[in-house]
Amino acid sequence: MGQFLARVWEVLSRRVDSFLFGVALTIAGVGLITLFSAADQSLARVWSQVTSLAFALVLMWVVANIPPQTIARGALPLYAAGIVLLIAVALWGVSVNGSRRWLNLGFGRFQPSELMKVAVPLMLAWYFQKFEGRIGWKDFVLAAVLIAVPVYLIKRQPDLGTSLLIAASGFYVLYFAGLSWKVIAGLVAAAGAAAPLIWPHLRDYQRERILTFIDPTRDPLGAGYHSSQASIALGSGGVVGKGWLNGTQTHLDFLPERHTDFIFAVFGEEFGLIGNAVLLVLYLMLIGRGLMITAGASTLFTRLIAGAITLMFFTYAFVNMGMVSGVLPVVGVPLPLVSYGGTALTSLFIGLGILMSVQAHRKLVNT
Amino acid sequence: MARFIFTSRGRSDNGALASLELKNPGREAFLFQRRLTIAAVLITMGVIGLLGRFFYLQVVQHRHYQTLAETNRIAIVPIVPNRGVIRDRNGIVLAQSYSAYTLEIQPARVKDLEQTIDALAEVIDIQPRDRRRFKKLMDESKSFESLPIRTRLTDNEVARFAVNRYRFPGVEIKARLFRQYPYAELASHVVGYIGRINDRDVARIEEWGESANYKGSDYIGKVGIELSYERELHGTTGVEEVEVDAGGRAVRTLSRVAPASGNDLTLTLDIKLQEVAEAAFGTRRGALVALDPATGEVLAMVSKPGYDPNLFVDGIDTANWELLNESPDKPLLNRPLRGAYPPGSTIKPFLALSALTSGKRTPAQTIFDPGYFQLPGAAHRFNDDKKGGHGTVDMYKSIVASCDTYYYILASETDIDDTYRFMSQFGFGRKTGIDVEGELPGILPSREWKRQRFSGKEFREEHRKWYLGDSISAGIGQGYNAFTPIQLAQAIAMIANDGVSFPPHLVQSIRTIGSDVQRPVAAQPPHTLGVKPEHLAVIKNALVGVAKEGTSAAAFLKSAYVSGGKTGTAQLYSLKGEKYTASQVDERLRDHAWYIAYAPADHPRIALAVLVENGGFGAQAAAPIARQVFDYVLAGEKKPGPAPAFTVPETEDQSD
Repeated sequence: MGQFLARVWEVLSRRVDSFLFGVALTIAGVGLITLFSAADQSLARVWSQVTSLAFALVLMWVVANIPPQTIARGALPLYAAGIVLLIAVALWGVSVNGSRRWLNLGFGRFQPSELMKVAVPLMLAWYFQKFEGRIGWKDFVLAAVLIAVPVYLIKRQPDLGTSLLIAASGFYVLYFAGLSWKVIAGLVAAAGAAAPLIWPHLRDYQRERILTFIDPTRDPLGAGYHSSQASIALGSGGVVGKGWLNGTQTHLDFLPERHTDFIFAVFGEEFGLIGNAVLLVLYLMLIGRGLMITAGASTLFTRLIAGAITLMFFTYAFVNMGMVSGVLPVVGVPLPLVSYGGTALTSLFIGLGILMSVQAHRKLVNT
Repeated sequence: MARFIFTSRGRSDNGALASLELKNPGREAFLFQRRLTIAAVLITMGVIGLLGRFFYLQVVQHRHYQTLAETNRIAIVPIVPNRGVIRDRNGIVLAQSYSAYTLEIQPARVKDLEQTIDALAEVIDIQPRDRRRFKKLMDESKSFESLPIRTRLTDNEVARFAVNRYRFPGVEIKARLFRQYPYAELASHVVGYIGRINDRDVARIEEWGESANYKGSDYIGKVGIELSYERELHGTTGVEEVEVDAGGRAVRTLSRVAPASGNDLTLTLDIKLQEVAEAAFGTRRGALVALDPATGEVLAMVSKPGYDPNLFVDGIDTANWELLNESPDKPLLNRPLRGAYPPGSTIKPFLALSALTSGKRTPAQTIFDPGYFQLPGAAHRFNDDKKGGHGTVDMYKSIVASCDTYYYILASETDIDDTYRFMSQFGFGRKTGIDVEGELPGILPSREWKRQRFSGKEFREEHRKWYLGDSISAGIGQGYNAFTPIQLAQAIAMIANDGVSFPPHLVQSIRTIGSDVQRPVAAQPPHTLGVKPEHLAVIKNALVGVAKEGTSAAAFLKSAYVSGGKTGTAQLYSLKGEKYTASQVDERLRDHAWYIAYAPADHPRIALAVLVENGGFGAQAAAPIARQVFDYVLAGEKKPGPAPAFTVPETEDQSD
């Protein structure tokens, strides 16, 4: 019996990176605690998230046990399926609040753009590995097209936030694949010239106008309202916070989307600067571990995918926290592992599963 | 061109394309590690940037944002709708809302509450009573609510506070709607009152799925029509989006959805008749229910003593509450619906009708009354109220003279369950279904009822069994029988309307504000008695005899109309074997007096049941009240003051 249990434990834990797993679970735990407060102490909401979490953990374990070569073989079909589903959404998708993002599956709704968050970097990493050693500028152009198609489809749903994130995930693969610094500098200059630099200097109503221009359906009540209420929540939290379940912004209904995109405002209001610092350290630990795994990866595919996933984790966290703290525009990016929502949680844990698979199946070639 | 798109070795290498094709794992790994390092540096910078932003928001700007959190915000303010007006059948207002200024404190925003109230007291008159009520409200409410410390401010007080308001953050003047009951005690049990919403009310609102609609509402119907028609009266809450300044005060309105007032109710009640009926009671306790037998409309419904519902609107203070709640007169008891009393002799016409229908008696069939009844083989004597007895008694005389022995004998020959089945048709032992809450079913005994009633472990089988003796006392409306005044009113209305009954109801029509359409309350289907018209005629003839030459003849002497009625006395006090002498028994232990009646006898326009608690004989105390009500309705006579209570000299015949 004891031997059997030991065997089960061995099977369960063999491919699971305990450090990555421990940190991810800790962050998810912080998420559940915050969700309880954000959902006005509704256990039903927390329970639903716990169910999603359990499901996501199973998927993570399964993915961690698949060797990277097998994962690579799935890249093209996954990407193709994702594109087909995105077209299906455009044709027959379900509209919620004016955005057509979901497919009705009878038992629930599925958001194909979530799938693309993993599929796009997988596809690119697979492509670069396939033509490893013979990569020319044409390949980078093709890669750009592979990124642009889903980005365009998602942008027109409209879901600007997700499309930008997918563009970023593709860009990270190109970055690790060796995209010229000059091109990167050009892209950054072009993209960065606009919003972020002038953003803090704009007046509220101007910001709102720009946001409304970029994404008119995003929030009918005015993005300026969301953003300023979130800043008030964070700022009024101070160093130690107002205490769990005591956030006035949260509980007086001033915080919009407080289970999902703005859950960090709830956290920051109730746990203050100290809480925020702890959460940042947790994310740093997660990302740091991801970078270590990337550094130790043995093939081009595993290096590219591990690097891209790790940077995506950072991007999600950074964009979300930046948005909530008022330095980035309001785009729909959930806080990884914390925001309420089963789909996002699942794709994040699949990402972690890929990292674990990379770590567990590395050939010890580099000395 | 191509060389700019990708790189691998930096600027010194001018053959970019060639270099990529060159397989050099060590070199590639080095380049990859460098990109990884750059990413790590960027990530670290990003995190430091975020930390800096948090430090700026949460430390540097903390006080600023704290102020903002406490004050400057766009608030969604619910606009409470005007509660519907309640009117009597002639359009006279019985309950209405009016707007008045209140001085309110938001405790969460006030640092030292005591000190603030002390300072306020220098500007505006605040009594210890106001402070106590405020404390009580604070204990009951959520911390973010704004609570009134003073209500109904005068214009002068409003002006005085306005000048000083900068001194009092978290204190403001608000216009609130108040409920007013112009007739105060009159019909108080019918109209009821509203009060502050408590936890039980919140649960009720959630059950309706109306939580959003009650945002901002402080009051809800607690009793009477105010309770039962809450959802008609409340209305739809409006919403206003306002910008609020640093003091939490509204600066300007951004958008507004107007509230929709609650619906107005028109009752079937005639408040003038109610006034006459209540006056007829004087200081006596009791109940009266007057119905229009042709429709079931409640014309008057008295519960004496009443209370002033206006006391409850602001939250009743402890002294007044104790006065009402602990009074032996039970002013808060809604007697017509919740007072269950033995019907006494008022049950006789119904039992007579039962005997006619079952064929156990014919109208002419007689019995001999020696003044008592004895069960075969038993020593116990069931006494008649007339010493020496009524002699030879037929059905007419049994009702007109209210002969007990006639009904003792009838009961001894009738199975209680047969009686139960017949009497159920009148609605005894069952709620009438009147459209106000709180009605009790009373008791109409049967074997099954007794078994249920004594089913507890503390009872034995002999307690649960039905005895013939039980039937005998039930046969004159004593024993286990307990009817409410509205049940007896409904039953006599059924007789008056020739066996067709309409369930009693209080609301005649509902008017949706703005539409001007009076929506009549859907009439309940009538219920028809399973009796023959000729049998009903016998009973009605006897009831007219009661008022003409029987037990209530004295009360109806020289009336301008012909009425039918039946007196009754509900025994409270049993002096075993001794003679009951009203004057010798404590007032509160005296019998209850009943009178059920209708008029005019040929085309009844009103049917009623009167109960006077501890009034003694029905003929003495209750019938004169009925006379006064009939005189007003049928002859337009209005006698101020209480109806006379006949002081009948103690005679041998105490039949009622």
